[in-house]
Amino acid sequence: MQQTAYNKPLPVPDPESTPFWDGMREHRLMLQRVASTGEHLFPPVTFSPGSLEKPEWVQASGKGTVFSWIVVRHPVPRDIYADEVPYIVALVALDEGCRMTGNIVDCAPEDIRAGMPVEIVFNQVTPEITLPAFRPVEG
Amino acid sequence: MYKLRDKYAIAGIGTTDYTKFSGRTVRSLATEACLKAIEDAGLSVADIDGIVSFNFNDSAPAMGVATEMGIENAGYAVDYAAGGNGANLITLAAAAAIEAGLAKNVVCFRAMNGRSGFRLGGGRDLSAYGVTQYTAPLGWITYPQAMAMWARRHMIDYGTTEEHWAEIATTFRANAVINERAMQRTPMTKDDYYNSRFIVDPFRMYDICLESDGACAVVITSAEQARDLRHKPVYIMGGAYGGGPTQGDDLFDAIRWPSHSHNCFKYLADDLWGSAGIGPQDVDVAEIYDCFTYSVLMALEGLGFCKDGEGGPFVMDGRIARDGALPVNTHGGLLSEAYIHGFNHVIEAVEQLRGVSGARQIEGAEIALTTAGAMTCGSAMILRN
Repeated sequence: MQQTAYNKPLPVPDPESTPFWDGMREHRLMLQRVASTGEHLFPPVTFSPGSLEKPEWVQASGKGTVFSWIVVRHPVPRDIYADEVPYIVALVALDEGCRMTGNIVDCAPEDIRAGMPVEIVFNQVTPEITLPAFRPVEG
Repeated sequence: MYKLRDKYAIAGIGTTDYTKFSGRTVRSLATEACLKAIEDAGLSVADIDGIVSFNFNDSAPAMGVATEMGIENAGYAVDYAAGGNGANLITLAAAAAIEAGLAKNVVCFRAMNGRSGFRLGGGRDLSAYGVTQYTAPLGWITYPQAMAMWARRHMIDYGTTEEHWAEIATTFRANAVINERAMQRTPMTKDDYYNSRFIVDPFRMYDICLESDGACAVVITSAEQARDLRHKPVYIMGGAYGGGPTQGDDLFDAIRWPSHSHNCFKYLADDLWGSAGIGPQDVDVAEIYDCFTYSVLMALEGLGFCKDGEGGPFVMDGRIARDGALPVNTHGGLLSEAYIHGFNHVIEAVEQLRGVSGARQIEGAEIALTTAGAMTCGSAMILRN
């Protein structure tokens, strides 16, 4: 009832990504895995690289390390992000071997380090959409 | 590999003014630049039978520009869907089209109201489709935000610092100060650089290129015909287009890219130098796509001017200044001249090789490099006089 309109960009799930976003909503990180090689994939695809094999969906550990990150200090678009800055976006190297994107939370911008161990946090922004975030954990 | 060494040439160049607000349609900017390039070549519109451009749905279609120009038969009118990677691709494509008999004289252009109209660096639609569904909802939206992620990784892997970027920003600004076409002609000191605010850490404002309204055009023709035209021909010695594995859907789709410490140029370097038959040591002046200070380092490393990770130290101590061993972005680049998506780099290279660059002329410049692109896909040319 009191819900105010969420004014930031929202993902539009498609046939490739729906299992990922369904998982997010249920607080499970779902990744694709190529059955024949064991390789994990992100972002989701329809076909495994270079073949017509379709990857399977598996629940991932949600653990990894910080590969790279940015600290957004100038909001764009300003009207949407003015109250959010500074915020952190990272590429996280998951323990499963692929990278994925997420915000970094519970960590000051000056404290983040390359290789820092993190775990997934489920950031629900609407009843349908939960976004991936990561927070530091003890190595 | 490009097999047309020295067979085709840039015979004419044209530009509009570079401004923040053109007050005009993009098509009229394109038409002005194209007509000036044709005039500069000593040709007439009737001689033109091909027109090629690249855009992000932010420009005028080649056919529309051909119509406004009054081209009777634009037999080869092609728009490439390309970003910064496209500026050298379209000139190579023009040469290939002539070689194939699809056209005789091709005008290539890039036109945009990049500041007053569609701003490539601005926000996006609030509905995130495709790969952007994993980026935009996180507030990872703009080009500076995309590239900063790469730059951070280069700092992690190689110890690159803001001192290296300050050197690049101030060097290019010094070139723009003496370039009457440049949009930013106010001198910039290192202090000015360090005092510019962080936009997206690790990038400050002066790590990030301009946004511009304007257009650039060149005329491509056979070397044989170019020798009979108004100016000394600038020959296309070699060129390359492409990148490595997992180039992705768009510039944010670099999640799977092998290493964010190198970009497309590492993959196309062999084709580029092989096609031209020269090496980095032979280049007199380099016009390198500089959407960000950092992208210059990846081009220098990828193309073999220095080793991986040594781009930062390489640019220091005046090496890339006008009087340095490798003058880079003698016009001021995207950082300080204008952002015409890298096509202004081609214009500058041609003027340097014609020897008409005035105060910013590199004496004796015979071979120039132009690059376009900064991420997973790019293009480059070697030009000579």
